[in-house]
Amino acid sequence: MSGLNLDNMDNMDFDVLREIGNIGAGNATTALSQLINTKIDMNVPKVELLEFKEISEIIGGAERLVVGILLTLQGQAEGMMMFILDQESAHHLVNALLGKEVDNFDDFSEMELSALNEIGNIIAGAYLSSLAALTNLTITSSVPYMAIDMAGAILSVPAIEFGKIGDRALLIQSQFGEADKFVNGYFILIPTIESYSLILSSLGL
Amino acid sequence: MGQMIKVGMADLNTCIIPDSLTTLGLGSCVGIVLYDPITKVAGLAHIMLPDSTKIKNNNNKAKFADTGIETLIEEMKKKGANRNSLVAKIAGGAQMFAFSSNSDMLRVGERNVEATKQKLNDLQIRILAEDTGKNYGRTIEFYTETGELLIKSVGKEIKIL
Repeated sequence: MSGLNLDNMDNMDFDVLREIGNIGAGNATTALSQLINTKIDMNVPKVELLEFKEISEIIGGAERLVVGILLTLQGQAEGMMMFILDQESAHHLVNALLGKEVDNFDDFSEMELSALNEIGNIIAGAYLSSLAALTNLTITSSVPYMAIDMAGAILSVPAIEFGKIGDRALLIQSQFGEADKFVNGYFILIPTIESYSLILSSLGL
Repeated sequence: MGQMIKVGMADLNTCIIPDSLTTLGLGSCVGIVLYDPITKVAGLAHIMLPDSTKIKNNNNKAKFADTGIETLIEEMKKKGANRNSLVAKIAGGAQMFAFSSNSDMLRVGERNVEATKQKLNDLQIRILAEDTGKNYGRTIEFYTETGELLIKSVGKEIKIL
């Protein structure tokens, strides 16, 4: 299969991408759940083709304060993987991991930042290993990079990568949360356009 | 009080007094404000990439520093701005993640700022003020009444340029 045209994708392609998101995020959610020893639910992932104008709105507004953990993908499939949490969720998550009560919702301590980074690493790893197993592609990831800032600013990084090839971005987005809604976050898989083709063709499309 | 007109990513817009322009959550992108202080016509472009000639798919002029600025000037002229009295204020171009590897992704903010300055210099448009680089996001608001550019960042005081 030659180049994929984002404007030309059929329902089958979307279904397959949604399933990839489902399995990847499912694995990642399980890893997260084990890490903090709590049951975590996951929604059916959304696969969306978004204009850049819309992209910063997906996580509740461009100015919403979020924690973004980004890993770059190398190997046969390239691109980025992002794990985004709103700040409150990040505090709950990190406190659950460190086994202490939430004492503030503002700054993170060094320890908490480091723990968050590790959470990102573990769950992104879980997501990617299932993607690699599914597609039989070799995919490795970088160390996690973290930023705490406005959603729009953080999402500009993957958006720019898409900007190099087109005017829209393709997102596989999964939302998960603890039963009592403490943890709300998103996984976003952002392969390069060539890698999308490769992923789809490796699955026989 | 005029309206606040929102400009999205890879988009541009213009306005005239008393309206104002804003773009939310600038990361590695650059917000370019052009302003004619005499006619009080302003324009804002939210560009994502430095150079349209390096990219095959370059239909969206507002996406690039070079074509974004050119288009913005044309749009402002339609609103009555005088090309020769335009001045600029720019913000953004941050490096949101502290990448340790060497890749293009890492420097895109910096390259966006460089390309913006180069283009403005070529067109002999003076940059009155800038708040660029660093590692944090910015929301900007430009007021045609005063010619002030307001910059909001997380956990920082509001800056006025």
